[in-house]
Amino acid sequence: MAKHIGKQSMEFEKDISIISTASTVGTKEGEGPLREYFDVILTDNLFGQESWEKAESKIASDNLKLAINKAGLNPSDISYVVTGDLLNQCCGSTFGVRGLQIPFFGVFGACSTMGESMGLSSVLLESGGAKYVLCGASSHFASAEKQFRFPMDLGTQRTPTASWTVTGDGAAVLAIGNEHPYVRRITTGKIIDMGITDANNMGAAMAPAAADAIYQHLSDFGFKPDYYDVIATGDLGYVGQKLLIELLKEKGIDINKNHIDCGIEIFDRELQDTHCGGSGCACSAVTFAGMLYNKLRHKKINKLLFVPTGALMSPTSVQQGESIAGIAHCVGIEN
Amino acid sequence: MGKEMTKEKYSNMVKKASPGSPIVTNCIKAFVVGGIICCIGQFIMNCCSVFGLSVEDSNTYTSIILVVLASLLTGLGLYSKLGNFAGAGSIVPITGFSNSVTAPAIEFKKEGFILGLGAKIFIVAGPVILYGVLTSIVVGIIYYFVS
Repeated sequence: MAKHIGKQSMEFEKDISIISTASTVGTKEGEGPLREYFDVILTDNLFGQESWEKAESKIASDNLKLAINKAGLNPSDISYVVTGDLLNQCCGSTFGVRGLQIPFFGVFGACSTMGESMGLSSVLLESGGAKYVLCGASSHFASAEKQFRFPMDLGTQRTPTASWTVTGDGAAVLAIGNEHPYVRRITTGKIIDMGITDANNMGAAMAPAAADAIYQHLSDFGFKPDYYDVIATGDLGYVGQKLLIELLKEKGIDINKNHIDCGIEIFDRELQDTHCGGSGCACSAVTFAGMLYNKLRHKKINKLLFVPTGALMSPTSVQQGESIAGIAHCVGIEN
Repeated sequence: MGKEMTKEKYSNMVKKASPGSPIVTNCIKAFVVGGIICCIGQFIMNCCSVFGLSVEDSNTYTSIILVVLASLLTGLGLYSKLGNFAGAGSIVPITGFSNSVTAPAIEFKKEGFILGLGAKIFIVAGPVILYGVLTSIVVGIIYYFVS
């Protein structure tokens, strides 16, 4: 049985193996530095659908099926699917999962959703109540813009601290097994709100939550920061990364050498005009399912602390002057 | 975070870490593009007077032509690219107003003609229209008493 460790962490006893992953991304991500790692790169961001929302659901649906196929399984073999997205009432996932006919847990953690779904999937497996669990997260640049900002064709300028929502879906199939890598431990983040109200500076809103979760993870398990080969945060971007490193330094923790941020990795800042970096549920999900999983499988990374980060807010809460709360979940993955 | 990190202290850290907008280059871009749009407007106006239209009619036709052109460019997905480059230069002229009405019309058409397009077409331009009309009423009343 899993053990509750320290304040916020859980260590798994069983070998929770990530047996397959799948990543589908949009056109812009397919032109970025990580293109060689993705399974499917779309040539049309509408994906043959009538709306951005339908496109996002189709991306989720196709990618989840791909993850099942890559594991050599059928949808009927999967005990649970645990996914989430950014759209109102989690509709991106709902209509993506609809056709699969798999028992479904819809989760919301904003852009930290992949960490939440992977953590909960591991708990399901450790409990013995599931055989195969499919976890994932999706987002779409255009559906996010439409819901949170402005219509796509509006001629506005983005601020230098703004990030670019990743179009895509990342998914993984988890099972008790003997194929590396394994989910060894998780630390579930608290909501941390440092009073940031600028919706165009999500990295700043999320950095304190990431710092808190990483600090808690390391102290719960008694690890030094260099225990992990790579500490990969979700979508802090350039501003958030700077703040995270500074915040942890104040607590005597130096992650300068082994920290990467999925939002920084996924786009070429200069060539792709993405300002602060990538964001959205899919940012950490596709970077994990693509590059990070590949490097774990090939043992280029052996110990990974995966820390998807989320900015918890809605267009209404921002308009009412409410600050943006941050959250981050740590998933410790090892070979 | 720990007790030592206050919201004020963090807010200062964020200010230091966040890059500001390149104001000088943005102003130059806005000036050039805005200027070009105005020159196009003037050119259309001059053409109208060549065809013998009165100044008032020329003004009206120039606005109509600029609005239609901007709307067309919005539909072709080009005005957003111009806006990304020019900023205020393409927002402030009447073409920007056209773009702010056409863009939501395209985006929300999928939710139907009534609750989608109809309800949300002025989602960006609405406040400008509302407060523009209100301001003109206030100015009109002041003008009435002053003159």
